[in-house]
Amino acid sequence: MAESTQDGRKIGGTLLEVKNISLSFGGVKALTDISFDIKEGEIRAIIGPNGAGKSSMLNVISGFYHPQQGEVWFRGQKRGSMRPYEVARQGIARTFQNIALFKGMSTLDNLMTGRITQMHTNLFWQAIWKGPAEREEIAHRERVEHIIDFLGIQAIRKTPVGRLPYGLQKRVELGRALAAEAKLLLLDEPMAGMNLEEKEDMCRFILDVNDEFGTTIALIEHDMGVVMDLSDRVVVLDYGRKLADGTPAEVRSDPEVIKAYLGGAHA
Amino acid sequence: MSPDLLNVLEVILNGLMAGIMYSLVALGFVLIYKASGIFNYAQGVMALFAALTLVGFQTGQIPFAHVINAALGTHLDTWGPGLPTLLAIILTMGVMVLFAYVLERFVLRHMVNQAPIILFMTTIGLAYFMEGFGDLMWGADVKTMDVGLPSGGSTWLESITAGWAAEGSNYRGMYIDVLDLWAAGVAIVLVITLTLFSQYTKTGRALRAVADDHQAALTVGISLRTIWIIVWSIAGFVALVAGIMWGAKSGVQFSLSLIALKALPVLILGGFTSIPGAIVGGLIIGVGEKLFEYFIGGMIGGATENWFAYVLALFFLMFRPQGLFGERIIERV
Repeated sequence: MAESTQDGRKIGGTLLEVKNISLSFGGVKALTDISFDIKEGEIRAIIGPNGAGKSSMLNVISGFYHPQQGEVWFRGQKRGSMRPYEVARQGIARTFQNIALFKGMSTLDNLMTGRITQMHTNLFWQAIWKGPAEREEIAHRERVEHIIDFLGIQAIRKTPVGRLPYGLQKRVELGRALAAEAKLLLLDEPMAGMNLEEKEDMCRFILDVNDEFGTTIALIEHDMGVVMDLSDRVVVLDYGRKLADGTPAEVRSDPEVIKAYLGGAHA
Repeated sequence: MSPDLLNVLEVILNGLMAGIMYSLVALGFVLIYKASGIFNYAQGVMALFAALTLVGFQTGQIPFAHVINAALGTHLDTWGPGLPTLLAIILTMGVMVLFAYVLERFVLRHMVNQAPIILFMTTIGLAYFMEGFGDLMWGADVKTMDVGLPSGGSTWLESITAGWAAEGSNYRGMYIDVLDLWAAGVAIVLVITLTLFSQYTKTGRALRAVADDHQAALTVGISLRTIWIIVWSIAGFVALVAGIMWGAKSGVQFSLSLIALKALPVLILGGFTSIPGAIVGGLIIGVGEKLFEYFIGGMIGGATENWFAYVLALFFLMFRPQGLFGERIIERV
């Protein structure tokens, strides 16, 4: 099943598949009959003009929206209607377009909270603190420090994240999602509002995460250069419908896509 | 030191002690408000209910005895000599956790995404329900709470301070109730424990996370329902501690639920979202009302303690509506 990409990464079988998803809010159709899959180990981009339904799609996958029709299959199993925290516990982590961090908490605490699905001591031992709870804290703290090291954010470990500049907040949010050690990472516009240097950093982190940990990544991004460079496959949405699906090269040459979205200026 | 100065010191000390009792109640409000944005009007009644239940277990009362008696014509009263204090406290805590669970399952779950005023009204309903339920369950008579805490004047403090006054004066030392000292000790331990728990444990972090951002909390896999049960259980625990202290001080009676009202000015001073604020607010109110009574009370007919806290709160509302430690309210036009 496993195939290799040009740079030698392994792409496995299907990790997540959405089938015929339709979602509407009252009379507004946000998504119409969308189907695509995400393969293990790949970087999958979802692109489309504003209002195309990209974020809605991500919200369906992460359990914030419940589609009227269609199915979500994760790791070979059909998923019932799930709440966001249940989705997180299944191994899907995400970031948000407009950043959802715990602003009053330090970077370290944000990342430690990201590991909550991995921690299992019960309330009793936590209250006692010594014993299992302490050992668990130390073990998880080590993993978190590793992530802090990886993202180069040692200097802001103890800073409340509300005080950090935008670019760093985005990085901390990525860190929190990484801390969950999820099978699938959903990134909603990880580079929105960043300058060139920050974008380059973020690109490198995304590639490194995918490479080092083998994490599957699905991302929404507006910067076409970034999308074409990063992703293995791209799905294009427009007005809630799927327009195209394929490798960056295929998508780029698709006449429908060029007409609806890329145009001359972007390509 | 002159006896006058010592008297003022004594007044301040007693004010601090009274303030701690207010803080104990205010603490329960802050916990729930931070985690869920609900102003829990029933916090005072929860303290009353916890105290009633504790006394009930201690004295071996049969719950709902007089309801059963009235319905069936029986003469039930107690089932035995009662439980030891520690066991009764643990069982009462169990009842408060059960209460938190039932509340989440049957009330709060259906109130998600409602406006704050609706949730506030819900807790008013809850307050009346619990008061009535406590009445049905344990009877409406005034009960004495005896958990083995010492009370009466502290001879220790009296003998130490007696020597402080200048030679020749007939100063006989400060008076302070030992029970108040105990309450202060318990409150300090309680606050330190809660702080450590919220800073250094997984669940503590989850509690702070939920208080910070619901959406983000869901994303990392925190179940809001579980957190709400935990928060209301902790508030129940704080209510139990407050109920024990107030009950031991002034008996377990239904007016106990009115101490919730005294916590309101404390919250306005300290800010609804700050645990240190609840403590400091309580202390300021306690000391403020005692000093005001001591210096000015006599000139205007006394009993100023009944209203001083509310007037102070009113001034705060005019100049610093978010309280001393609360989050600044910034409204953009």
